[in-house]
Amino acid sequence: MKVLVAVKRVIDYNVKVRVKPDNTGVDLANVKMAMNPFCEIAVEEAVRLKEKGVATEIVVVSIGPKAAQEQIRTALALGADRGIHIETDEEVQSLQAAKLLKAVVDKEEPKLVILGKQSIDTDNNQTGQMLAALAGMPQGTFASEVVVDGDKVNVTREVDGGLVTVQLNLPAVVTTDLRLNEPRYASLPNIMKAKKKPLDTQSPADLGVDLTPRLTTLKVEAPQTRKAGIKVGSVEELVDKLKNEAKVI
Amino acid sequence: MLEHEGIQAIRDGVRNLCAQYDSAYWRELDARKAFPEAFVAAMTNAGWLAAMIPEAYGGSGLGLTEASVILEEVNRCGGNSGTVHGQMYNMFTLLRHGSEEQKARYLPRLASGELRLQSMGVTEPTTGTDTTQLKTTAVRQGDRYVVNGQKVWISRIQHSDLMILLARTTPRDQVAKKSEGMSIFLVDLRKAIGHGLTVRPIANMVNHETNELFFDNLELPLDCLIGEEGQGFKYILAGLNAERTLIAAECIGDGRWFIERACRYACDRVVFDRPIGKNQGVQFPLAEAHIEIEAADLMRWRACELYDRGEDAGTSANMAKYLAAKASWEAANACLQTYGGFGFANEYDIERKFRETRLYQVAPISTNLILSYVAERTLGLPRSF
Ligand SMILES: Cc1cc2nc3c(=O)[nH]c(=O)nc-3n(C[C@H](O)[C@H](O)[C@H](O)COP(=O)(O)OP(=O)(O)OC[C@H]3O[C@@H](n4cnc5c(N)ncnc54)[C@H](O)[C@@H]3O)c2cc1C
Ligand SMILES: Cc1cc2nc3c(=O)[nH]c(=O)nc-3n(C[C@H](O)[C@H](O)[C@H](O)COP(=O)(O)OP(=O)(O)OC[C@H]3O[C@@H](n4cnc5c(N)ncnc54)[C@H](O)[C@@H]3O)c2cc1C
Repeated sequence: MKVLVAVKRVIDYNVKVRVKPDNTGVDLANVKMAMNPFCEIAVEEAVRLKEKGVATEIVVVSIGPKAAQEQIRTALALGADRGIHIETDEEVQSLQAAKLLKAVVDKEEPKLVILGKQSIDTDNNQTGQMLAALAGMPQGTFASEVVVDGDKVNVTREVDGGLVTVQLNLPAVVTTDLRLNEPRYASLPNIMKAKKKPLDTQSPADLGVDLTPRLTTLKVEAPQTRKAGIKVGSVEELVDKLKNEAKVI
Repeated sequence: MLEHEGIQAIRDGVRNLCAQYDSAYWRELDARKAFPEAFVAAMTNAGWLAAMIPEAYGGSGLGLTEASVILEEVNRCGGNSGTVHGQMYNMFTLLRHGSEEQKARYLPRLASGELRLQSMGVTEPTTGTDTTQLKTTAVRQGDRYVVNGQKVWISRIQHSDLMILLARTTPRDQVAKKSEGMSIFLVDLRKAIGHGLTVRPIANMVNHETNELFFDNLELPLDCLIGEEGQGFKYILAGLNAERTLIAAECIGDGRWFIERACRYACDRVVFDRPIGKNQGVQFPLAEAHIEIEAADLMRWRACELYDRGEDAGTSANMAKYLAAKASWEAANACLQTYGGFGFANEYDIERKFRETRLYQVAPISTNLILSYVAERTLGLPRSF
């Protein structure tokens, strides 16, 4: 069974993000970039499926600038077999990403597509869903467990009320939640091997997808800095303050 | 510049591993004076410590450039490479001077981590830096060598399977030069301890597993000898340039860790109604330390480049170690000062790293001996000893 995994290059989660002074976006100059953590979980799940003998080939795809090849190489070092880089320096919104992935799905015909439920830069949480709709595939989002069973896959989803397990016919789209697995780190020999694995580069035009944005960003602002809290001496004082100062009870 | 794409992958790889062994991990070990077994196992299993073992023996066959980045990143992440670097460089002697049979027997098992060669026994209590005067002897008696003597500051013995040992095989008065007549042995510690080798741990300022060794008629089979008898001192010297450069990289990692911590704190800590980092009295020592670290880094790359091209890296490696050890210490000092009283509290990790980075000006090789090397070898001044 072939598994396709999408990975995105985003600002490293450790970096303190700075908004550009003109409020048009965040400053990416000299900022450390990394693989989106939800995508790491997607790669890990695919590698585990391969280790179990369920998956036979893992193809990893990333859309983005030339440097996104670093994230593909990381996925290859973690155990993916080959990479596809869709190279563009343009902004890629969720719908365009989904269309590009749909074109890759048409070509590669994977049985399972695994994506992160969202990327930590834009937090859109929609690419997987859009891909499923465009490709006419069933979807299991926010997965905390994925069990392939013949030509079906059981996906346990994390939802507000608890856990919901759905059964999907393959081919299907799965998006990962945080508790699906704990990603491994790459070993040095595997990083070395990853350099020799095939990586194919394509352009959005090759795949017939127009990247014109459908959404316009009006303004980007930093969240308000939190003000220092206060300490109260007793429960009575707390209740008094909540009642008379904050007026919330 | 040597910072190519492959280097970034190494940095990221080591950082990902180190992220699982955070400050709290090291702090807790420091408090218990315990060895970071889990971290060392993870570094070994992920192949990082076998970076320089040739691919034919199961390593990754990388150069000093890449190896130095691995250790730099460990320290850059707040860890202590002193717990693992022996496994990376003690095998140089074996690789360069060992017989085909010895290499085939040990290197693949060192690469896989099945065997640990974390220790090298050179320093002795009564002779210190003056290595050629060492008193430990290995005397050939029939089908074995018999070792007697004493070593001090021999690190990671309790967490190693093998040790490189330097001992005198021909008395000093029977050799033409004082640097002759010493030999290298590969000692199997599992067999030696309790059978002629006694290990006594030394309590010390840093959480470093280091020991006194007492040899009392320790018997070694003849095939423990590495290379030619009598040439051991030369073999040790040959491995030092790589070791110095790796240590320089560790210092640079420390320096960057201190500067990053200090800058973050200087921006966050508000007294006199503004971040302390707004004061030039706080800014300048940090800027100065940063400049020194970056300058040391250039010398480190120079040493790596020469070494990896197979050229003489002696002067560059020594100068890199000198500059880097000094720079990391200055950075440590500037960082501690920036943290004010909080730098002394264990929970900020500054005092721990401060102690750890201080070691590098003394061991391995103290700063004076580097100055002496440069004065005499590089500048051609008359020998002082
Ligand atoms: C934590 C730790 C771990 C260590 N691990 C190992 C190990 O694994 N294996 C090993 O073999 N050794 C190890 N060492 C030993 C280390 O290499 C020595 O401590 C170091 O070489 C200095 O030797 P010494 O301590 O005997 O100092 P000494 O030789 O007594 O020197 C003391 C001081 O005098 C100075 N000095 C001496 N001679 C001269 C001179 N001619 N000119 C100018 N100044 C001079 C030195 O620079 C130094 O500052 C370790 C040491 C420490 C502290
Ligand atoms: C072991 C220990 C024992 C102590 N015992 C006592 C005690 O018994 N009683 C007590 O009251 N206190 C005690 N202290 C507190 C000590 O006096 C303070 O730590 C010290 O005054 C510095 O304050 P701080 O740590 O808050 O540093 P901060 O005020 O946060 O200063 C941090 C750094 O910024 C620099 N800085 C701040 N403002 C400026 C400026 N405007 N221009 C230039 N540089 C600036 C400082 O010089 C310092 O290097 C103790 C501290 C320690 C570590």
